[in-house]
Amino acid sequence: MRLSQHIYKTIRTIAGPLLFLDKVQAARIGEVVRVTLPDGKNMDAEVLEIEGDTALVEVYGSTQGLDIEQTTVTFTDAIKKVPLSPDIIGRVFNGSFVPLDGSPLFIPERWMPLTGAPINPAARARPADFIETGITAIDGLNTLVRGQKLPIFSCAGLPSKEVVAFILRNARLAEAGRSFVVVFAALGLTFHEYSFYRSVLDEMRTGFVAFVNMADEPVMERLLAPRFALTVAEYLAFEQHMDVLVIITDMTNYCDALREISTAREELPGRRGYPGYMYSDLASLYERAGRIRDMDGSVTMLPVVTMPEDDITHPIPDLTGYITEGQIVLARDLHQKGVFPPVDVLPSLSRLMQQGIGEGRTRKDHRSVSNHLYKYYAKGRDLRRLEAIVGRDGMTKADGLMLDFADAFERDLAGQGMKRRTVQESLDAGLELIKRFSLEVK
Amino acid sequence: MKTGKILGISGPTVSVDLKGLKLYERVFVGHSLLTGEVVRLERDHAVIQVYEDTRGLGVGEPVKGVGRPLTVRLGPGLMGNMYDGLQRPLLQMRREMGPFIRVWKEIYGLDYMKRWNFTPYIKPGDKLEFGKIIGEVQEGAFKHLIICGEEQGVVTRVASGDVSLDEPFGELEGGLEIPGCHEWPVRMARPYRRKFAPQTPLVTGQRIIDFLFPLARGGVAIIPGGFGTGKTIFEQSVAKFADVDIVVYVGCGERGNEMADLIAEFEEIEDPWTKRKLTERTVLVVNTSNMPVAAREASIYTAVTMAEYYRDMGYHVLFLADSLSRWAEALREISTSLEEMPGEEGYPTYLASRLSAFMERAGVVETLSGKTGSLSMILSVSPPGGDFTEPVTQACLRTTGAFFMLDTSLAHRRHFPAINWFQSYSLYGKDLSAHFCKTVAPEWEEHRRRAGQILQQEESLREVAEIVGAEGLQDTDRLVMHTAERIRSEFLGQNAYSDDAFSPPGSTLARIRDIVSHHDSAVEKLKQGAKLEEVLKEGSK
Repeated sequence: MRLSQHIYKTIRTIAGPLLFLDKVQAARIGEVVRVTLPDGKNMDAEVLEIEGDTALVEVYGSTQGLDIEQTTVTFTDAIKKVPLSPDIIGRVFNGSFVPLDGSPLFIPERWMPLTGAPINPAARARPADFIETGITAIDGLNTLVRGQKLPIFSCAGLPSKEVVAFILRNARLAEAGRSFVVVFAALGLTFHEYSFYRSVLDEMRTGFVAFVNMADEPVMERLLAPRFALTVAEYLAFEQHMDVLVIITDMTNYCDALREISTAREELPGRRGYPGYMYSDLASLYERAGRIRDMDGSVTMLPVVTMPEDDITHPIPDLTGYITEGQIVLARDLHQKGVFPPVDVLPSLSRLMQQGIGEGRTRKDHRSVSNHLYKYYAKGRDLRRLEAIVGRDGMTKADGLMLDFADAFERDLAGQGMKRRTVQESLDAGLELIKRFSLEVK
Repeated sequence: MKTGKILGISGPTVSVDLKGLKLYERVFVGHSLLTGEVVRLERDHAVIQVYEDTRGLGVGEPVKGVGRPLTVRLGPGLMGNMYDGLQRPLLQMRREMGPFIRVWKEIYGLDYMKRWNFTPYIKPGDKLEFGKIIGEVQEGAFKHLIICGEEQGVVTRVASGDVSLDEPFGELEGGLEIPGCHEWPVRMARPYRRKFAPQTPLVTGQRIIDFLFPLARGGVAIIPGGFGTGKTIFEQSVAKFADVDIVVYVGCGERGNEMADLIAEFEEIEDPWTKRKLTERTVLVVNTSNMPVAAREASIYTAVTMAEYYRDMGYHVLFLADSLSRWAEALREISTSLEEMPGEEGYPTYLASRLSAFMERAGVVETLSGKTGSLSMILSVSPPGGDFTEPVTQACLRTTGAFFMLDTSLAHRRHFPAINWFQSYSLYGKDLSAHFCKTVAPEWEEHRRRAGQILQQEESLREVAEIVGAEGLQDTDRLVMHTAERIRSEFLGQNAYSDDAFSPPGSTLARIRDIVSHHDSAVEKLKQGAKLEEVLKEGSK
């Protein structure tokens, strides 16, 4: 603990968001630093590296207007913390935690460190309890459960924001009397997207907290906003015991920001220029989802990832998929066929589905219905390739039936349009489809 | 103890002005006593890799050398416990610190207060040396043999009955106490008298493994697969059902929820071989992806040292790691922060040699006390983008004895375990098949050959069928396709969530025998002029 603040005017280099300071004494890693511009404006920064008496400091925000002669840097001896209070519900902030809704900041009841702390694996409760999203392809075939992190893999031009909005409007817990709080982090959003989400949030009945970083705002805030969102989510879940759904869109912008900052730090680039520690960095966000034994409240996460070049093996979706518990994949060809939501169930997966379904949770026949739908649809999809070679006429009657099944599956079951289905309705629709084709369900 | 000061900090690496340190010596860093390891020495300073989050660490804070490398404590009380990558007991930390890991402090991996009922094997006048068995205590279902550590000399007094690790288990000439536990450096393989070639099978209860690609006790298998191909579920199924005495499972850089699930399941499920709870035969080492990266690198060494320790008691131990890729990535992160010259895809050039040295810690051995124990390994690999040409998979392939390749397209079709039967292999196959022929039934090998042949035939027929359509094939060929489909769905596919999750070798053989004999009788009927549809209808009755 230092007794006084240390103020320096010893900047040696300014490179992008990074400052090198000389003759710094007793700095700490992660210490919050206040940078005061010549015009009196203040900005926060953080100590990244210390070598002898040289400190490397990273500025949150735009470094435009900084100079070497007059800018002062104050070391605060504190670590970045987030102000918290139940009053945060209903508020909208930017990526630096400044309110955007015109009201002043609430009075903080508690401060928690921005980076959080890892949940002791021995203290984790396994995710359970089904969350109804209203989408058959998710509820019926890739069930989401409380405490899970399930990303939506989208492609440029696909209606991922409509899918997210659908979930925001319709998500419900099976257990009555509990309600969701949605924490929404928007990273690098265009105004067009922002106004869409804003109108959705405004019409929602449940509470929300939003952190919005627009496309033209500093990239550094893109790294901060999701951490603010998750710290708030952890507070609401594990101190206020609410069920929190965190939606982060778009993680691709997050990763690009990470790459930009990493390059500015002159770090060794990994695959496609993304830093080698991207897995650990993404894990430090995604792993904050979960439930804790003997405690009410949960953090469930639905991050949106736009796959560059529609490529699921691109480092961003790839590393995300390795950390998250499954994925919901949106497909371009389904969208072109007019299927909404365009969820391709074959590459989609919910690893925790087992713990959310079955007797006493959804329905006894859930697993069997979903397995059969998968099996028949996969068969039909396989046969489409054959159809392309030999033509419909060259195929057996049974094979033709499977082709029709796949078409009907996409049109009637997955393509539900804007209509919400309860899980019962979803399963009934699935059973009806199987019966329509006189296929068997064991 | 030597003390110095921090000069600089960059991520997990810290440079200090401490002289007289040894390479890989353990150090305590800063006021909060973070654990670190010396990774580079220069004349006037040392570079330390810190195993914990360095946030809040300041220049000028003290650094102390311990004089020993990073070690694990080995003694009774490991079984059923759960540790992080540095052998800190997670259950105890949860009790003391709450659900979040916030404060890091030195906590011993063993409970020194717990009472044990000790039966000595030694008597006054005996000579003690490393590896000698002092006696035993009952640890759950196991006889836990107390192995002598570094202490040497002639025994003067031996304890018996009720003792705790806090008390001496005996005394040597000169008043030296014999402790009930000892420390062993994690990066050093524990010694043994000699090693044998792996020759007996390790039954996993997974049909595709036991039948097509068997694993030997003392062998090493890798299981690479893209995400969603079921690596973790496969490893967990093996952890549950494998025919071994003890399982050491290390969750290295993987999901916290998965570990929660594993723990909950192990508390519920019975070991099919001994009918006891699975937790009673399992040691868990967990360093999830959001826990410090350097401890993740150490976690597999911590775990394998504990596995070797039980091997030295004459047990058959299975070591499961999920996933080796996360370990390699941690190695890469550390190497980068040390500014070492990168090799392929940024991995350090010593990746392959570290991996092979690690895998060589598996094997069947005669221990220092003359017992036979084995350590087998199944290691999952998560290749980025599901691309098996990446450095970690390739480096593993040079040393492993078995390769279970997980196939994304099988996983998409919900065929689990999604192990590809054409690309996978087992170098132990021949020897072990002979063993199965002896222990299960002589036709094991013959059926193995037949099943492989039918699957092979299907593969070539499938290409034809894609062009002419299934209708265009001859009846005998369509029969082959039908049988292959049965082998795939009824034999190779196995639902990890049903009663079928564990299949002992006898039922494995019965199942394939049934399918193959149906096939043979159908072939006979076709020869006699029967129609395929009728034959199949009969078969399904």
